[in-house]
Amino acid sequence: MTSRQFATFEVAGQLFGVEVHTVQEVLSYNEYTPVPLAPSAVGGLFNLRGQVIAAVDLRVQLGLARQALQGPVMNVILRGDGEPVSLVVDKIGEVVDLDDETFEPPPDTLSGPTRELVVGTFKLDGRLMLALDVNQAVDTHRATI
Amino acid sequence: MEDLGEIVGEFLMESHENLDQIDRDLVSLEQEPDSRDLISRIFRAIHTIKGTSGFLAFSRLEKLAHAGESLLSRLRDGVQPVTPDTITVLLLCIDGVRSLLSSIEEKGTEDEVDVDSMIVRIKAQMDVPADAAAAPAAAPAAAAGGETPVTVEEAPAATRPAPEPIAEQRQPIGQILVEAGAAQPADVTSALQQQIEGDERKLGTILLDDGKTQPAAVSEALQSQAPKRSIADSAIRVDVDLLDTLLNMVGELVLARNQLVRGVMEIGDSGLVRSAQRLGMITSELQEGIMKTRMQPIEHIWSKLPRVVRDLSNSLGKQVELVMQGKETELDRSLLEAVKDPLTHLVRNAVDHGIEDPERRVASGKSPVGTLTLRAYHEGGHVAVEVADDGAGLNVERIAQKAVENGLLRPEQIPNMDKRDIMAMVFQPGFSTAAKVTNVSGRGVGMDVVKTNIESIGGAVSVDSTVGEGTVWRLTIPLTLAIIQALTVDCGDQRYVVPQVAVLELVFVDGKATKVEYASGAPVYRLRGKLLPLVRLDRALGFEVGGDQGVYIMVLQADGRRFGLVVDRVLNTEEVVVKALNSRLKDIGMYAGATILGDGKVGLILDVSSLARRSHLAVDSERESVVEKRAQGGGGTERLLVTAVGDRRVAIPLDTVTRLEEFPRDRLEHAGSREVVQYRGQILPLVRLSHLLGAYGEEPEGDTVSVVVYSEGGRSVALVVDRIVDIAENSTTARRDADEDGLVGTAVIQQRVTELLDVRRAILAADPNFYNEAGDEMLVEV
Repeated sequence: MTSRQFATFEVAGQLFGVEVHTVQEVLSYNEYTPVPLAPSAVGGLFNLRGQVIAAVDLRVQLGLARQALQGPVMNVILRGDGEPVSLVVDKIGEVVDLDDETFEPPPDTLSGPTRELVVGTFKLDGRLMLALDVNQAVDTHRATI
Repeated sequence: MEDLGEIVGEFLMESHENLDQIDRDLVSLEQEPDSRDLISRIFRAIHTIKGTSGFLAFSRLEKLAHAGESLLSRLRDGVQPVTPDTITVLLLCIDGVRSLLSSIEEKGTEDEVDVDSMIVRIKAQMDVPADAAAAPAAAPAAAAGGETPVTVEEAPAATRPAPEPIAEQRQPIGQILVEAGAAQPADVTSALQQQIEGDERKLGTILLDDGKTQPAAVSEALQSQAPKRSIADSAIRVDVDLLDTLLNMVGELVLARNQLVRGVMEIGDSGLVRSAQRLGMITSELQEGIMKTRMQPIEHIWSKLPRVVRDLSNSLGKQVELVMQGKETELDRSLLEAVKDPLTHLVRNAVDHGIEDPERRVASGKSPVGTLTLRAYHEGGHVAVEVADDGAGLNVERIAQKAVENGLLRPEQIPNMDKRDIMAMVFQPGFSTAAKVTNVSGRGVGMDVVKTNIESIGGAVSVDSTVGEGTVWRLTIPLTLAIIQALTVDCGDQRYVVPQVAVLELVFVDGKATKVEYASGAPVYRLRGKLLPLVRLDRALGFEVGGDQGVYIMVLQADGRRFGLVVDRVLNTEEVVVKALNSRLKDIGMYAGATILGDGKVGLILDVSSLARRSHLAVDSERESVVEKRAQGGGGTERLLVTAVGDRRVAIPLDTVTRLEEFPRDRLEHAGSREVVQYRGQILPLVRLSHLLGAYGEEPEGDTVSVVVYSEGGRSVALVVDRIVDIAENSTTARRDADEDGLVGTAVIQQRVTELLDVRRAILAADPNFYNEAGDEMLVEV
């Protein structure tokens, strides 16, 4: 029986997860530099120990309204391809060990932008966690096409 | 092999350097076949490679190097002469060694490279029958056997050109002291005698202990010994990645310093400010030092070119002499790497198309040998690299015709175009005027790639040519990429960064004296009488468009266009570390990069040329203004210093102005009823133009006052103005005599009514005795 570790977080009341090895760190940050003319999913840029990181608003990626980047906002920083990218989320959850047995493909009733970002569903105690496709989740051109 | 890794790595690096040197030396040897120095140097270098490869058990490499060495030894001993053929074979041998080395580097083995055929060719060059015994096909089995005359030199395998014996390099300290007159020969002799008798102290110590010389003289003598150490001792190899890491960290340090300095300035503690300033200085020096470690002479990329030129000119039947000037000019290594290919392309192109065949050269009265000159030099914060040939030059008419054929230009545009602009068409993609396509160039790829490559590192490329005399290709390359001088500006509630290299000047728009005007909706500004097209940053970034008052215009230049960028506020200049922009945002095209500002926030660096392009600025507008400027530059004008006094503008003829100064307000003193200031050991009387002209406005804010100093015959007076506005050229036409006190008239300068100061009167108001020739000793009645 194989199991995988997922870092979980909430956006708009829904629990999402990405595999732990794709996550560099999680932190809250409150100063973002907006980027005019950028795709709407780009919430802004911030300074992570001297490195410039782009924050991608997961709400926009899920087809929801933009989150106002005011006050501390939680960032899940993903390693990405050579350059780290941050996913802006509402709330950080715990790291969970999940058996592949609890995995199921996304339900057929799931549609819209969320469907493209989700690779599957994990059945947790009392709630469902949607596993995100990391590359899709940070692809900011997707929403504009 | 694992254990050998480091040794092999060192061997590879050293050998690559040696090979480059051999390449160059072989090409020069062809020019001067009798140079024994060159032959010996090549011989030593190849011998080193042979020796080390034998030690590391690279037998093929050893065999090949041995064969080359045998041929060289015959050349050295004069058994056979140096001919172009021998050189070609030797170059081939060097190429063989190179491919062996790269095979070792990539695969860790030399087995896949065929050396026998090369050895056959080398043997064939050694045309003495005695050697025929060593049959070509049966290549010499054991190199160590030494059946060739090499043995003479073969003794202890010196791994690098042996340094001169120490004794010759270093003068004994006693001798230095005596020559400098710091010690007596007799004392040195007796001290030496002491040493011989068993005194273990050093010579200098003995002399010092006996009081025969001065400590300073000894340390100086030791110093003069020091530089004699060989290059091998004074230089170390450092991993480039380590340097890159260091550079990044210094970049962070610069940021941290900027933040600290800002914080300290706010606190205002003088002790902290001093420490912060000291930190700032050290950081700057450290930064400079680290930058220097990454600098390499351009020779690094030039060293391969003699070979390129030789091979190419031989295959084309041309004769080309390559001249290199300024090869010690240094560039950041990442830039060197980026310049290498474009430069090689330009050189190949110059040999292929620039320089004519010998027959054609002779026919047009030139020497049959063409000259290709590479020149590198520093120029205003940039490095310029030129590739100049003395060939036929670019045919402007053909280029124009070709440009029309390719649809790049319309025929009616040609007559109005500058020669240089037409030549610049060769940088367009798909452009080639070569009559025939060769394997070297003429396929229409290349020049546009050269341009793209150079521009991608923030450089520029241009071409100039005179028919019949030659062509000069010119690359302008920034010294470094990582850190730039920049201006920070505000727009909306955000802060942006503009590279200072693009900024020509700043204009504050108060809505009265200076204002934004609209030409059928397009914003423009009259900059010294010329219309400057304006781009509103807020509009360009898709913000709400703000007002036209209380904003700043940054006069920018990019891609040969001049335009004004309207921003809300200009803050300050600082050095910023350029960070690559996230790939998601590169497509926007508006930003050249990002940086961390002094407050720790991320700032976006604006891409000035893209701003210019996006704003659809017409290229023609700038050219027109240049033409007008030339036309206007004629006589009949005088230059005026325009100053602001209260809300009036007062002009002073520039030729009566000696200096412009700023004095701290607290240095102004009173002497009797007058204000004076101490200036260069004199007491300088001041007159406030605002009082003189009765322009009692508000005192301008600030801790300093701006003054215009006027000197004549050892005397000076200072005219206090509120601020210096500009220097303007003015034709003397639109002038009206004024009847007001202190003025000689009014004129319209830069579309504004400006009063012309009666300088003589103003001076007399400051110092009534100014024009008294009697030489009154008292400048001011104190």
